[in-house]
Amino acid sequence: MAFVTANWNPLGDAFYRKIELYEMGWNLKDGLRDCLVAAAPYGGPIALLKAHNRCSPSARPQLEIFSSSGLPLASFPWKSGVVKQLGWTVSDDLLCVQEDGTVLVYDLLGGFKRHFSMGNEVSQSQVLETKIFHSPYGTGVAILTGALRFTLATNIDDIKLRRLPEVPGLQGAPSCWAVLTQDRQSKVLVANGSHLFVLDNTACTPVTPPGLSPQASSIVHMCVSFSYKYLALLTDSGHVWMGTSNLKEKLSEVDTKIKAPPKQMAWCRRPKSQQPSAVVMWDGLLLVVGECKETIQYHLDDDSILVPELDGVRIISGTHHELLQEVPGACEEIFKIASMAPGALLLEAHKEYEKESQKADEYLREIKEQSLLSEAVRQCVEAAGHEHEPETQKTLLRAASFGKCFLSNFPPEQFVSMCRDLRVLNAVRDYTVGIPLSHTQFKQMTIQVLIDRLVYRKLYPLAIEVCRYLKTPEYQGVSRVLKYWACYKVCVCVYLFTPLLYSNILYFVLFLQLLFNKVALNLSKLTPYCMPSCMLVYTVVMYLKNELNRGDFFMMLRNQPVALSLYKQFCKHQEQDTLKDLFNQDDDHEELGNFYVKASYKEQRLEARIAHLQSAVDEYYKAKNEFSAKTTEDEMRLLRFQRKLEEEKGEQLVGFSLHDTMTTLLSVGLHKHAEQLYKDFRVPDKRFWWLRLKALAEKEDWEELEKFSKSKKSPIGYLPFVEVCIKHHNKYEARKYVSKVTLEQKVKAHLAVGDVEGAAEAAIERRNESEIGTVLSRCSATTDHLLVERLNRAKATVAKK
Amino acid sequence: MAHTEWRDAPELPDFSLLKRLARDQLIFLLEQLPGKKDLFIDADLMSPLDRIANVTILKQHEVDKLYKVELKPIVSSSDQLCFLIRPRIQTVKWISDLVNADKVAGRFRRYKIIFTPQKFYACETVLEEQGVYGDVTTDEWNFYILPLDDDILSLELPEFFRDNFLEGDQRWVTTAGSALHLLQSVYGSFSKVYGIGRCAKMVYESWRELMEEGEQRTRQPEFAKVFLVDRDVDFVTPLCSQVVYEGLVDDLFRIKCGTVELGPDVTSSDKSIKVMLNSQDKVFSEIRNEHFSNVFGFLSQKAKNLQTAYDKRRGMDIQQMKAFVSDELKGLKQEHRLLSLHIGASESMMKKKTKQDFQELLKTEHSLLEGFEIRECITYIEEHINRQVSMIDSLRLLCLLSITENGLLSKDYRSLKAQYLQSYGIKHLLTFANLRQLGLLEEQQAGETLTVMESKVGKLVNDKTVGKLTDAFSSLAKKSNFRALSKRLALVPKSGEEYDLRVPRDMAYVFSGAYIPLSCKLIEQVLERDGWTGLEEVTRMLNGQEFAVTARNKTDAQRIVLVMFLGGCTFSEISALRFLGKERDAYYVKQIEYMVNIKLSI
Repeated sequence: MAFVTANWNPLGDAFYRKIELYEMGWNLKDGLRDCLVAAAPYGGPIALLKAHNRCSPSARPQLEIFSSSGLPLASFPWKSGVVKQLGWTVSDDLLCVQEDGTVLVYDLLGGFKRHFSMGNEVSQSQVLETKIFHSPYGTGVAILTGALRFTLATNIDDIKLRRLPEVPGLQGAPSCWAVLTQDRQSKVLVANGSHLFVLDNTACTPVTPPGLSPQASSIVHMCVSFSYKYLALLTDSGHVWMGTSNLKEKLSEVDTKIKAPPKQMAWCRRPKSQQPSAVVMWDGLLLVVGECKETIQYHLDDDSILVPELDGVRIISGTHHELLQEVPGACEEIFKIASMAPGALLLEAHKEYEKESQKADEYLREIKEQSLLSEAVRQCVEAAGHEHEPETQKTLLRAASFGKCFLSNFPPEQFVSMCRDLRVLNAVRDYTVGIPLSHTQFKQMTIQVLIDRLVYRKLYPLAIEVCRYLKTPEYQGVSRVLKYWACYKVCVCVYLFTPLLYSNILYFVLFLQLLFNKVALNLSKLTPYCMPSCMLVYTVVMYLKNELNRGDFFMMLRNQPVALSLYKQFCKHQEQDTLKDLFNQDDDHEELGNFYVKASYKEQRLEARIAHLQSAVDEYYKAKNEFSAKTTEDEMRLLRFQRKLEEEKGEQLVGFSLHDTMTTLLSVGLHKHAEQLYKDFRVPDKRFWWLRLKALAEKEDWEELEKFSKSKKSPIGYLPFVEVCIKHHNKYEARKYVSKVTLEQKVKAHLAVGDVEGAAEAAIERRNESEIGTVLSRCSATTDHLLVERLNRAKATVAKK
Repeated sequence: MAHTEWRDAPELPDFSLLKRLARDQLIFLLEQLPGKKDLFIDADLMSPLDRIANVTILKQHEVDKLYKVELKPIVSSSDQLCFLIRPRIQTVKWISDLVNADKVAGRFRRYKIIFTPQKFYACETVLEEQGVYGDVTTDEWNFYILPLDDDILSLELPEFFRDNFLEGDQRWVTTAGSALHLLQSVYGSFSKVYGIGRCAKMVYESWRELMEEGEQRTRQPEFAKVFLVDRDVDFVTPLCSQVVYEGLVDDLFRIKCGTVELGPDVTSSDKSIKVMLNSQDKVFSEIRNEHFSNVFGFLSQKAKNLQTAYDKRRGMDIQQMKAFVSDELKGLKQEHRLLSLHIGASESMMKKKTKQDFQELLKTEHSLLEGFEIRECITYIEEHINRQVSMIDSLRLLCLLSITENGLLSKDYRSLKAQYLQSYGIKHLLTFANLRQLGLLEEQQAGETLTVMESKVGKLVNDKTVGKLTDAFSSLAKKSNFRALSKRLALVPKSGEEYDLRVPRDMAYVFSGAYIPLSCKLIEQVLERDGWTGLEEVTRMLNGQEFAVTARNKTDAQRIVLVMFLGGCTFSEISALRFLGKERDAYYVKQIEYMVNIKLSI
């Protein structure tokens, strides 16, 4: 299997290999020249923005997003300000840092999400340089402003801007700088000439890398390892210094013999490796430096960028995408030429076995004699994980499987899970998906995150298959993907087919969340921001009604005024009893009272009516509404009274108001009963007088009316008597009462009976201008000639005063 | 008369377009159910439908028989039933019962429900719950706006007020938003939007979101500005008795959908006549905005003119006579008929309204508006209730009292309420509860009770109840500030001055010079200032929620303003706005939810 080692290069004790991941699917005219490029780690997407052409501000550059294999994911013209830096967050969102410190956030497919500012200071002094970094707290942004100060936000999802202290003696832009995460804090390491400073929240501390070669007068480049543990510095003398990032220990120093400033430098160290190594890139040249004096040189045809990964460096050029890494231990053991490691022997044994050669047994025996067979199997399995070619993977796994046959009690888990993992990895590494994850990265990233990334790329079927295949628990796996998928579908449908408002989508999404989580969410969080369409609230409410138990459902409604009122309306028509329960739950006794009163009107039978009213009375008392309670009690009394009379006298009474009852009683001559009501129900005198008056006039019982008028002093005055007589066309009777009318109403009374002269008399006596006017308007100029004159004169005198 | 000529008045947009759009869609929907079918129509859709598509058109599209939805079992032999209804749960329930009854009887029919203006999920839920969802097909007829007149558009949604302001059900908001959107897409975009009130704000929001979704059209706009106003911003105006002719006709005979039914006592024949009231009616268009005291004189003058026109034919030769008969006589006859109707109407109006009672009613209203002699007013109201003069009028007066006085004193409130219940029965406990919720009729809270309430509210405070809390506060703040507002905006002209109703000075003429409608005054002020600046104090008293948005920077000569009353408006307000339009040399188009006389439909 010599060909496996064909691309291996030795460096010190270790080997380095460069594997081609993809031939890029994109078609770039000028390659990566003059482009702002950002590629996310863990085989993430690549964003490209052609550099701003300052001469023609009108030309809008195109912002393009590709998968790692160069397939386009999104593309849109850049309309905002000048972009200084692109970067990706841990959740695959694209950050575009503008000159003025505004950071725009886009999703993987180019959808604008939000923007935030890096503070006033930044926007005033403009962005000079910026770096986007990842820490355990999320994705951070560090900015060097035009005023040569650093501003830093450790987590863009929870922005707390920190302005770092000044760097002493900094006159222009520092020669290089990097962000470190140490002691749970983000710090900035700045090189100004040969001086190094560490900036943290409070102080700027000068530091010296131990054993840095004295020829160096300036540090021109630096890079921090993926884990922030190691630091590499490149000096103007061409030396690469490697050490721990706390600058306490030097690991090695190598002379590259190239003094030109490099384009990029990155750590290329796999976890648990013995040898520190970094990759330095110049135009057309790539150098791997390690512990020893030698270096590995690669020639580069094209403009490229380096993407540091956990276990290597990816190199992306205009045409190719490669992975440069230290050959993992297991692979080295197995594939190293003339290796006698157990894994290598097992592989050989299997090969012979395939050829049906007896040598297989010899090899096996050799391993077995050293009792290293289980070790051999483990090596093969592990090596399979590190191999990129499925064919090699298969060979190794078959060998492992073969070896396993000769072992009893060998735990199968490692083998099984490796097979599964590889199947998934090969699927996502596929050209169409374009996530070139290594097994080490995959383990670090976890399956949840991988599924999320697939979902971000809207690869729902694949995500579901992965979940099913890896047997992830339902709630973390398939359901979650389905939920995202449903939300996405709904959004698309809503956008396309119905003229619904965007905010409604939120409701739909909420609804779906409820659907899948069966948790009552607080809808009110949204209500202040968006106006929910009632239809959607209804949808949610109706669904929850069936889904939740009643208590929970009502509790949820309590917090949703809109939903509650809609539901109430629904209940009014459909479920009266639910309405009652709803009021009960809220202890809304007032409404309950009203509810019962209403219910009482729907009942035909008197007993039922009274029963309802009694309930109403109870509720009103609970609501401390004595007035309503008393009134309702009165109503019950009235109903009983009405029924009694109905039975005795055969008069249709039940359901009448008190007033109407009395009117009826009076009109049929049941004065005593009316009188009783008057007393029992504390009917005001005035009302009773009006009632009597009307009833008597109605019957034209003038004699009784006169008697009545004399029974007591009328609380309503006597003008109504006059009017009521006139209404029944009895002027004669009306006149009787004119004299009794109070002075203020005299004129009206006289006019009512048609006695203009009397009215004139009264008006003149009262010296009231408007009254005189009223009388005048009733006089006709021809017949009441004299009267008119008199009135006019009186009017004149009144007016004079 | 001044009304006949608009000085350089801008031309009104052609609203018949809206009708045509609605008609075409309806026909399309009917065609979806091919073959003969019976059509059931919601009662309150009858008249609007008649305006859009009359029976002949419906028959042309294979509608066999027309029925009114009465929520009773039906007698129909047709195999296809089509229902044209408002999205009301009750109606849908009725249809479900019907379908189920047919199922039991083993009868097969096709059912189609056309909801207008849109369907609500709740209705579909009902269909689903009743197990007939699969048996019926549903559709939407997006009939949002009915042009009632040259300058009046209506949504014809009588339940808007109740649903939105009383029940807190905001489902019609989107309907109103869609209506605005429709107007905009047909007549071009508005340059400026003003509004006041919570509902107005929501309507605007929903409209704006529609705008953002839809594509922008660049046609010559026909409207300049739009003004949205919530009914609950001004409750006072609809509570006052109307005294303009059109308003009076409405008060007495109820104008529904631009049509009024005049009874036999008016028509002086033995049957009632339905009359369309709009600017096509020459006589009506001249008197509709007049104070009723002028109307009679005008009508008699008109009658004389008519006589002279008739008299022309004397001394004509044959040729002239022929021309007269063919050209003028028909018009004259028509005018004659209308004139006699209006004379009849105004006669019965005079009969009712010049009576002592009405005068006193007006006097009380005016005192309440001015804030004089409140005691006397209360006594009058009490008598009014005791004598059972009119159920609605009594309530109206009570509400007016409450609003102008910032609630009734506890003592008065209880006594008046007790009296009212004695007169009209205790079912009105609910009426009072509703009025209270609307803030129309309230008991003054003693200082003590208020603090208790506040501390209660305070206990509720956690982030979940924020919504509730704001509601509670707004209802507290809902306390009308009518007195202060009236002073600030000079709504009540100084008393003592003679007000010549023949030559109106300002908008107060619609209330006999006693009061300028608050809503119209607001509109006038805002348009004059081109925004709310300078009116901060007023808006604060009206509970804020005002907004002004410039949609388009172009200034153009268009002066047509669209005023949208959310929750209905009165004819008095329309008259006042017409007056304003004349003064300001602009034209106002009103769009209303529904014509309301008094919105105490409890």
